[in-house]
Amino acid sequence: MKRIFMLSVFVVSVALLAGAAVPTVGIARDLTIVSWGGAYQEAQRKAYFEPFMKKTGKKILDESYNGEMAKIRAMVEAGNVTWDAVQVEAPELINACEQGLLEIIDWEKIGGQKNFIPSAVMGECGVGTIVWATILAYDADRIKGEGPKNWADFWDVKKWPGKRGLRKSAKFSMEIALMADGVAPADIYKVLSTDGGIKQAFKKLDALKAHIQWWEAGAQPPQWLAAGDVVMTSAYNGRISAAVKEGRNFKIAWKGQCYALDSWVIVKGTPNLDQTYAFIKYASQPENQAISAAAIPYGPTHLKAVDSVDPKIAVDLPTYPANLEGALAVDAGWWVDHQEELNERFNVWASR
Amino acid sequence: MSPLSGNVNRTETLPLKIRLRRAERRKKLKAAGLITPLFLFLLITFVIPIILLLYRAVENPEIIAVLPRTAAAVQQWDGRELPDKSIFAALAADLSLAQKNRTVGKAGKRLNYGITGYRSLINKTARKLSRLKKTPYDYRQAFIAADKRWGDIRYWAALKQASGSYTDFYLLSAVDLKRNRDNKVVRVSEDRALYLTVFFRTFWMSFVVTGWCLILGYPVAYFLSVLPPRVSHLLMIMVLLPFWTSLLVRTAAWIIVLQREGIINDTLIWLNLIDKPLQLVFNRFGVYVAMIHILLPFMILPLYSVMKNISPSYMRAATSLGANPLVAFRRVYVPQSLPGISAGCLLVYILAIGYYITPALVGGPRDQMLSYFIAFFTNNTINWGMASGLAVLLLSATMLLYTVFNRFIGIDRLRMG
Repeated sequence: MKRIFMLSVFVVSVALLAGAAVPTVGIARDLTIVSWGGAYQEAQRKAYFEPFMKKTGKKILDESYNGEMAKIRAMVEAGNVTWDAVQVEAPELINACEQGLLEIIDWEKIGGQKNFIPSAVMGECGVGTIVWATILAYDADRIKGEGPKNWADFWDVKKWPGKRGLRKSAKFSMEIALMADGVAPADIYKVLSTDGGIKQAFKKLDALKAHIQWWEAGAQPPQWLAAGDVVMTSAYNGRISAAVKEGRNFKIAWKGQCYALDSWVIVKGTPNLDQTYAFIKYASQPENQAISAAAIPYGPTHLKAVDSVDPKIAVDLPTYPANLEGALAVDAGWWVDHQEELNERFNVWASR
Repeated sequence: MSPLSGNVNRTETLPLKIRLRRAERRKKLKAAGLITPLFLFLLITFVIPIILLLYRAVENPEIIAVLPRTAAAVQQWDGRELPDKSIFAALAADLSLAQKNRTVGKAGKRLNYGITGYRSLINKTARKLSRLKKTPYDYRQAFIAADKRWGDIRYWAALKQASGSYTDFYLLSAVDLKRNRDNKVVRVSEDRALYLTVFFRTFWMSFVVTGWCLILGYPVAYFLSVLPPRVSHLLMIMVLLPFWTSLLVRTAAWIIVLQREGIINDTLIWLNLIDKPLQLVFNRFGVYVAMIHILLPFMILPLYSVMKNISPSYMRAATSLGANPLVAFRRVYVPQSLPGISAGCLLVYILAIGYYITPALVGGPRDQMLSYFIAFFTNNTINWGMASGLAVLLLSATMLLYTVFNRFIGIDRLRMG
């Protein structure tokens, strides 16, 4: 009896071990699309994932992440790729592409470059899909009367006392500080390329430091505005519009918005290459991009979609002409160069 | 023939000693067989990954792989004047191949750790050189024409430092040191020195958390051990219930409780004790509250299991011999509960040192511990060398602590239950 028991313990543990060690080898897996989660992925589900599944009859698994490249690198290095298409920010796109973690895009399979806005086709490894922006947002139910109009107002703690939300990263913090200090958007990266410019930005941030509450996930700023934790905050424009749809009285100050591009990339060595291209092509069709833009106001990248967006929705897009006044185009290439130094200096500054 | 000799077989004719040894060996094999799965599991999922991770802190494969000729040639360079034409030519040959293989970025990322902007310099140079119609006579001129930074010795010194098979760059950076142009180890500049501060902060915060856990946990454990079972079981469940709840849920719950318009602030305002909400979260206070709450069971359980075995008659004997309750407690009870105190403190302290998600969620930038930066380098900038460098720092500090603990208190004296 005892021997049988011991034997079965041994067999079970070996089986468990084997099961843990070789999870899914040889099993064809469903197309896996990874995006940013929250209100945005909900919009993508409606605009892309569900209709694509209906059209092709193939299943899509959609996962969400926070922009970490670590998982992609681990997958590629281990040769066990479990993600197919991933939506990434521009500096990560450049970085991962240079590290050989992504497939080089064959534009023939997407339908040529000429149909897209110029910035959407610049990365070798990415197909631009939305233009999004970091903007200044506040709750008009709490700030009655005149609201802040630009980043200089963001620094005015006398007129609008209370905490300010800012993303805990050198990216955006440096640019916003310089804009608040009166540097023109066109000169931001020239100024930031000098040591004096970096010091100027930190000095400006110093003045506001005691009033800053740092956020890391895109879902935090609207929550904090709603809870009254912060009186105004930097935020992704789509998240604020989503909260407005749910009945919040949030307002966006577009002056000094920092807009950037998100792209679809294909993880190198995916076994679903053709299907992934088919999905990205589907998600780049103007009519589908227009559905996404209607669900959450991030600017489309297909030229026809740009023109076909409902005018009522268009005023909420970062790419709307009036919103582009005094706007800053985030320079992804500059950031890939400077991220190590500035992240480090930013972390030192923030933890003082 | 005696009755016994009838069932004597050959093995029993062997001396007892040998038979005993065989039986022992069989038992040992059986025991070894039983632990083999666990051993293999630990080896594959724990020991090997950790060794590989630590190895990443010193390995330096990028430049040798992408720019092999340059890496070899630059070793001969004395570092005083600009390298000669042959080294420039070696770099040109390497870059043209790397451009074809799309590997320039790998070298660029590694070089960018040394000097900001090196990445785009090397990308730009590789692109420009690949467009040259004919092979230039003097590559030195061609490089400097492509970008004048190639005439700056600093860039070559950085290239030389990055081109060994192994590097101490990450480990030095983890303790705020670097090598200067003359390859001497110096402190990094004030505005980039971070990790030593974070390192000491990690230890200080863990110390404070452990102290509070002991102060709060000791009386709870005491009552659990002396109350009648019906009451103590109920209380035990109240200790264990949060222990079984997900760490993330408890951390998020603390944000809701402590935030500006959270329960505590609202109650205090309603009671007219304060007129403006207090800042209770996204600062050190919030981190301490959440961490102490989460780690408290790890203090209470070992304390409880030791106290349960302390016979109440010792205390009675002490008081009957004339000690007042305080003296009896201090001189008789506390020494007997010491194994529980040290087990609880060690457990809480070591868990606290590695804390990541709680400070990240309820803390501000001044409250982040070392694990936060390990995660930062792993996830955000995929600089795994730096992540490993910091991990080595944290691991060796923990080991050192453990050794000191073992030396002075003795790990075998711990009792967990």
